[in-house]
Amino acid sequence: MSTYSLSDGLASGAPRLSRAPLLANWVRESGVGVLASIAWVAFGLSCLWWEDVGDWSRTHSLGIAAFVVAAVALFGTVGADYLGSAGRALRQRAPWLVALGAFLTLWEVATAKFAWLPLPFFPPPQSIVEVYTDDLPKLLDSVFASVKLQLGGYLIGATVGFLTGVSIGWSRAVGYWVHPVLRFIGPLPATAWLPIAFFTFPSSWSASTFLIALATGFPVTVLTWSGVASVSNAYYDVARTLGAKPSFLVLKVAIPAALPHVFVGLFMGLGSSFAVLVVAEMIGVKAGLGWYLQWAQGWAAYANMYAALIVMSLLCSGAITLLFAIRDRLLVWQKGTVKW
Amino acid sequence: MVAAAALAETVTLPAAGAALDIEQVSHAFDIDGAQLPVLSDVSISVEPGEFVALLGPSGCGKSTLLRLVAGLDKPKAGTLREDESRITRPHPSRVVVFQDPTLFPWRSVWDNVALGLEAQGILKSQRQRVDDALDLVGLASFRNAYPHQLSGGMAQRVALARALVNDPKILILDEPLGKLDSLTRITMQAEIVALWQRKGFTTLLVTHDAEEALVLANRVIVFSDRPARVKADIRVDRPYPRHRGDPYLADLRRQILSLLGLDATW
Ligand SMILES: Nc1ncnc2c1ncn2[C@@H]1O[C@H](COP(=O)(O)OP(=O)(O)O)[C@@H](O)[C@H]1O
Ligand SMILES: [Mg+2]
Repeated sequence: MSTYSLSDGLASGAPRLSRAPLLANWVRESGVGVLASIAWVAFGLSCLWWEDVGDWSRTHSLGIAAFVVAAVALFGTVGADYLGSAGRALRQRAPWLVALGAFLTLWEVATAKFAWLPLPFFPPPQSIVEVYTDDLPKLLDSVFASVKLQLGGYLIGATVGFLTGVSIGWSRAVGYWVHPVLRFIGPLPATAWLPIAFFTFPSSWSASTFLIALATGFPVTVLTWSGVASVSNAYYDVARTLGAKPSFLVLKVAIPAALPHVFVGLFMGLGSSFAVLVVAEMIGVKAGLGWYLQWAQGWAAYANMYAALIVMSLLCSGAITLLFAIRDRLLVWQKGTVKW
Repeated sequence: MVAAAALAETVTLPAAGAALDIEQVSHAFDIDGAQLPVLSDVSISVEPGEFVALLGPSGCGKSTLLRLVAGLDKPKAGTLREDESRITRPHPSRVVVFQDPTLFPWRSVWDNVALGLEAQGILKSQRQRVDDALDLVGLASFRNAYPHQLSGGMAQRVALARALVNDPKILILDEPLGKLDSLTRITMQAEIVALWQRKGFTTLLVTHDAEEALVLANRVIVFSDRPARVKADIRVDRPYPRHRGDPYLADLRRQILSLLGLDATW
């Protein structure tokens, strides 16, 4: 009896209720997109409504660009079902678009329009856009110089650190000689070598490469070493009974088993080498983003500083993303790795 | 009937078992300067193709003896021989399956099984042997899985395949089924007997389970407490497949348990 009445109620109730859930569903899925669109329209209007308090050339274009973003946000989220994975990705990021639009509006109003924040130190968004359009060649040169220096130093440091770590972990004799040196020199911040490095090396470029390699090499060495040292003896026993020679034990047992540790070292090395890169560029190398920052400060070009900082943070984050992508590829066999 | 057919097949196979001679072997470990005697004058002579089970109290030195047979360690005194040649180092003709499967987690199932052939530098020309070994333990469909995706029983089967792919003359099993649930254990006991009958290798099995020893082996050796000495050497003349309820085996089991100091009241 009771089961009948229950199914009856469901059957008759379903069509009546269906409009409300549909609407609720639409609001949940596209509502944030509409909000994002409103936030970006607000940003566009804030650019165009009032006169700028200063003299900036990109205000108008910025306003138009904001409207374009607003349109993309609106149609992208409302029509996400027709856009496949791009639509889904946009919907997922819609809350961030709302926050970003609101923040930019506030920033625009507080700087360019009413100057609530002291002006040269807090440039408006359009002046940063101006840097990207008008000072692009110099900025790109700096990016190129930084990437070149960082990549060279990092690759050298990571390679040397990895080889040293494997040797210490594997051979007692190597450990005897290298371990004390490592303990003495390793913990010293690489930047402490800066004054000496700059006049003992033939060029400031080679000095900086050395320092970046040093900053990278220490954590990579220590973690590779501890990774190799902590490989369970059971693995070696298995390999030996199956006929493995020492070279096989190093290349096919010790190194793959230590790889998760090695990547922790590579990650730490990346962080500390960024710090060395920027300081080296500010002090010695007359190129790169560090130098650009220094130069901008000299001219009190605050917009340029913010512009360079944004680029720098994108580059650093990109480098870490790349490292994690490589790790995820090489360590697919691990379960539960952290997503960056 | 099945057993007879399997035995006929072994005659045609090239890799049969090797003889193993353990002659007056003693061993001890240095622990903080003190000597811990583990094996005391152990002599065992194993015929080619025999299935020998080693039973003894926990910690008496069974695994130590197996490591010496494998060539992973050298004895303090005495000699071990495989077919007249002295055992001084590990060789793929004597392969160990440990209690933990110790699969390499960074290698797929197939690559784990291929380990021995790869280490000996003959994998390129003999890839078929890896597939055959996986077929033998019934895991061909898991060739691309990683060890963390396997159950305990499957992992131990992979470890078995990794040993068998080398066509060992002596298969050394150190409590290989010790950590498995009882159903999986009974299934794998039957599989091990079938493989042994098919391939004809000499088998050395350490187990803590008297019943397992009696169902599998044609000889059971009982050790004393540490340092291990051979306390009894018992023939099990019973055809395969054996039945757990067999009164002959039940009688032997009672004897063995009383040798181990457990006066069986059941
Ligand atoms: N590498 C080692 N170093 C020192 N002592 C060991 C070592 N391996 C085993 N032992 C000791 O030797 C004894 C026998 O160990 P084992 O052969 O593993 O016993 P089981 O018969 O349970 O397999 C134990 O007391 C153990 O503590
Ligand atoms: Mg043991």
